[in-house]
Formats: sequence, structure tokens, C-alpha cells
Amino acid sequence: MNWISNYVRPKINSLFSRREMPENLWAKCEGCGQMIFHREMAEGLSVCPSCDHHMAIRPRDRMTALFDGGVFVEIKVPEAPADPLQFRDQKRYPDRLREARKETGEQEAMLVAQGAIGGVQTVVAAQDFSFMAGSMGVAVGNALIAAAEAATRAGAPLVVFCAAGGARMQEGILSLMQMPRTTVALEMVKEAGLPVITVLTHPTTGGVTASYAMLGDVQIAEPGALICFAGPRVIEQTIRETLPEGFQRAEYLLEHGMLDMVVDRRKMRDELAKLLRLLLRLPPRIHGDLPAPTPEPAAAPAPAPAPLKGSGA
Amino acid sequence: MQTYLEFEKDLADLEGKAAELRAMARKGGGVDVEGEAKLLDGKAAAMLADLYANLDPWRKCLVARHPDRPHAIDYIDALFDEFTPLAGDRNFAEDAAVIGGLARLDDQAVMVIGQEKGNDTKSRIERNFGMARPEGYRKAARLLALADRFGVPVVTLIDTPGAYPGKGAEERGQAEAIARSTEMCLRLGAPLVSVVIGEGGSGGAVALAAGDRVVMLEHSIYSVITPEGCASILWKNAEKMREAAAALRLTAQDLRKLGVVDRIVKEPVGGAQRDRAATIRAVGEAISQELASLSKKSPAELRAARRRRFLEMGDATLA
Repeated sequence: MNWISNYVRPKINSLFSRREMPENLWAKCEGCGQMIFHREMAEGLSVCPSCDHHMAIRPRDRMTALFDGGVFVEIKVPEAPADPLQFRDQKRYPDRLREARKETGEQEAMLVAQGAIGGVQTVVAAQDFSFMAGSMGVAVGNALIAAAEAATRAGAPLVVFCAAGGARMQEGILSLMQMPRTTVALEMVKEAGLPVITVLTHPTTGGVTASYAMLGDVQIAEPGALICFAGPRVIEQTIRETLPEGFQRAEYLLEHGMLDMVVDRRKMRDELAKLLRLLLRLPPRIHGDLPAPTPEPAAAPAPAPAPLKGSGA
Repeated sequence: MQTYLEFEKDLADLEGKAAELRAMARKGGGVDVEGEAKLLDGKAAAMLADLYANLDPWRKCLVARHPDRPHAIDYIDALFDEFTPLAGDRNFAEDAAVIGGLARLDDQAVMVIGQEKGNDTKSRIERNFGMARPEGYRKAARLLALADRFGVPVVTLIDTPGAYPGKGAEERGQAEAIARSTEMCLRLGAPLVSVVIGEGGSGGAVALAAGDRVVMLEHSIYSVITPEGCASILWKNAEKMREAAAALRLTAQDLRKLGVVDRIVKEPVGGAQRDRAATIRAVGEAISQELASLSKKSPAELRAARRRRFLEMGDATLA
């Protein structure tokens, strides 16, 4: 056993075996079909470099890119009752939940964290479409309430990234009650004199659109995001006519006065930092003062230069 | 003319026979059929009581949507004096699916807002089957703000399949209109009592029902989605609406257990449609009592209690 068999050979093997599984390294753009290398995909925040199509991004990746230096503290969300209605369709609700937890590695469909954006302490709540279509149940309500409480406690603004197929049907009326419940949460932040910014991402639909998504002081959307109350299929069934091109997309809503702006995900951090500083009447950010005064750990004398993970600055 | 639901077919036969007998007797004269007709009446009454004592959730949906149930307009006519309709959202249009205005209840000024489905083809079309467009919710929010300004208690009557899913409604911000109306309910500094009189359809219902007290008629329903919609999404088969209706727990009885509803108003045997006047009276009493129980509270107390009510719903469970 020596340096070659312990280190070099596995390294070489891993390089070759990885090449045999290109699906792990390459992602296909859902917009133009272009193959995107995984590193490019991560650096571009899951936005296609050739057609700018915005693909889904997980809350943790979003937050790493959003907060100064990729540093944030997760805020604990009180657990929701496991299966309040003892709901069963073709599967039992607890089984669906267990599967979603296993697939995503997350406990529920909304992640809450606190950190600095452009030097401004901010609470961010981000909905996870990959967790049961981001559907709003008691847990999402709890998450927004926890976010609102953290924001008012810290005197920090609240930014909410929305993404949901709608209500969590398996929680019946309790999912509907999250509409007033989350409205109360946002109201708490507004009453404390703090701004609420909502960012509507693909897709934002149903009860989520008809509650907190549309109650921001400023409402931003990502390009191409589907944003609606009733989905296009439901409308087509009701009115029996085809809908115009781009109907219910972010740009269409902007044109119809429902949004303040449509912002590319890669520019979101700067746009949010600017807006938050303006709303809080803070002086402008000095160009180039990246990672704000967060204590950076001194670089360890690493034997091999490892690529820095999550340096969103 | 009585309208029968599909599960009332045997009942329709019995009641039809009794009516036929009496009609024959009137024409033919002399023949005494009253005895036999009475017997049929008795059987029908027993069957009716039995059917309605054990309505399953899907049957409750059918009863809640019964065309002969009293509608918002009927409650307003019977219970309120000096009803003064106020129209328009000041932005785009007047929406006839939402009726609202100032009125008197027990001599006190109130704001009453109701979702109206209409009662014949013409009025149903005019009222869009009770499905409001954004203008309906913006009008409601406007009336809530007006009530807030003058401390006038608000009564809302909920009866809608849901907010209208149309192209124009979406373009004019259906979601935003619902969100603002809900927000206004929660900001209101006056008492807000909501009564689900028929169908409480999803966001279109909660936009007017985020109040201090939610009352439901015994056979009304309140749900995040219609059983048909839920069945087609989760069972991939719209015919599974019976299963979906049961799973959703949309009955007044289950919602009371969950704490979403505070009070159930009993309906006459055979449902509200069998004795409209008695139903309306019972609802009127419930509204008066609930408003009276809230009348001493300050605007700040009302708002704080209303918020708590929703914040505490995080622990609700039937398990």
C-alpha cells in the first residue's frame, strides 16, 4: 500500500467512472434542450446560459447564492401535526410525506433562514417545489409565521420566494386556513415597519398566489414563471377557448400590473440588496464591498487546494 | 314543485304517489283516499328523517348545492331591514355575484355581504353562478374598509363554488383581489361573523370568511377544493368524488371538531330546502347571538383575537 494505490489510482478510477455516467454531469435545458455542464448549471443558478430559461432551484442552493458569503443560519420551524385529517387517497398521506422527505432531504416545503444580503440582515423563506409541489399545508404556514417572528425580533426585512402547485389537499380545510394564517404572518412584519418582498418563481399558483405571494410591499418574479390563481387547464375547460401566448407568465403579469418587476435569478441578489437598502433608508452599498463584515474563517493550510463551495459573493 | 336529489329517488316516488292519490280523489270525488295517503306521508316522513340523519359527505355536497336552498338574497330580504345595496369596486365593474350593503339587524346598523348564486337561469347567468370575479372581492374589500371606518359590524354569507376561473378574471388579478379581501377581513376593527349557508368553495370563500366567528349550516360544506377537483387530481378520476368528499372532511361536523367552525346551525328535517323560513330564522338567531357576544370588544381586541384564532390553527387535528 502506498501513495499510488491509496490516492492516485482511486482518483483516476473516479474520473473514468464518472465519465461513464454523463447524466450526473450534464443537465438538459428544459427551454432549448441545450446540454449544460453541471458546474455551469450550479454557477448559473440553474439558469440556461444559452437561452436564459430558469429551471427549478432548491431553497438551500438559492440561499447559498443569496446571502453574503453564502452564510446563513437556518431558523427552526415548529413541527406540524403529522396527518391531521388521516387522509388517504390512493396512498396514505404519511407515506407521501415520508417519500418526499426521503427524495428531498428536507422536512417540509419551506425553508427559513437568516443572514445578510448586501450587508442587510434579512430573513428569507423559500418554498421548495420539489417537496410535494411546494404545496401549502400547516407546515408552510408555520414556516412563514416563524419567519415573520424572526424578522420582527431582529428588526429585519422578510423576503419570501414562492413556488407552489397550490394547497396541500391532504390537509383539507387546514390548508385553506393557511391563507389567512400566512396573511397574519406578513401583517406582523408590515406592522413592525419592516418591508416584505415576495419573489414569485415558477410556478406560483392557487392559494399561495391568492395570499402571501400577492401581499408583498414589492413583488418580483423570475422570468417565464407561471403565476396564476386558476391554472390554464382549468380555465380552458371553463371557457372552452385557447389562451393567448404567454398567458399567466411573469412578463404577462408585469404587463397587466400585477408585479413590480421581472428579474433574472442571477441578478436577484443585487436587486434585493438595492431594494432593501432603499426601503430601509440605508446608504448605498459601496461597490465592491462584498462579503460584508461577517467573520470569515482564516483559510486553513490545506494540503490540496479544494474548490471553495458555496462562495456566493 | 319539490326538486329531488339523486339519493332521494325512493322518497320522490312515495311523495309522488301520495300527491297522485289526493289529486285523483279531488277529480273523482267520493272515494276516500286520505287514509292511504296519510300512510304514504308517514312512510315518506320516516324515510326523509332517516336519509338526512345519515347523510354521507358526498350527499351533503349535493344538499349544500341544492337549488332550492335559501340563498344570500333570501336571508338578506328576511332578516335585515333597510337593506341599502352598495355597488361597484371603483376600479372596473360591479360584480353581481357578490351583494353587499348597509342594513339593520335587530335595529343595529350592519354591513352585510353575501355571495349569490341566483335562482333561475337568467339570474344564475347574471350572478355567474355565485363565482365572483376580482371586482366582487374588491367590492367586498371596499365595503369591509367602509365598515371598519365607522365601526359597523359585518355579516358575510358564504355560498360559492369558488372564485371564477376565467381569462379576464386572471388578467385583472383574481389572486390579488382574494388576498386583499382576506387581508381586509383580518384588519377589520369591527366584529365579523361569517355564515356558510351552502357551499364554501376554497379561496373564493375564505376571502370573505376570515372572521371572528364562522357559523355553518348543518348540511353546508367548506373545502379547499371541490370533491370532483380533488378526485381528478389525487385519484386521477373525477368519478371518485365520493371518496374525495369523505377524505377532505368538508362537513360542518368535522370542521367543528377541527376548530375551524365555531357553531353549527341545525337544519329542518330534510334540509334547508324543505323549510326555508325556519332555516332563515335559525340563521338569524345565530348571527344575532354571535354579534352580541362580540359587541363589547374594542377594535384592537377584535383584531388580536382574530389573529390568534388563525395562528392557533397550527395544532388542529382530528387524530
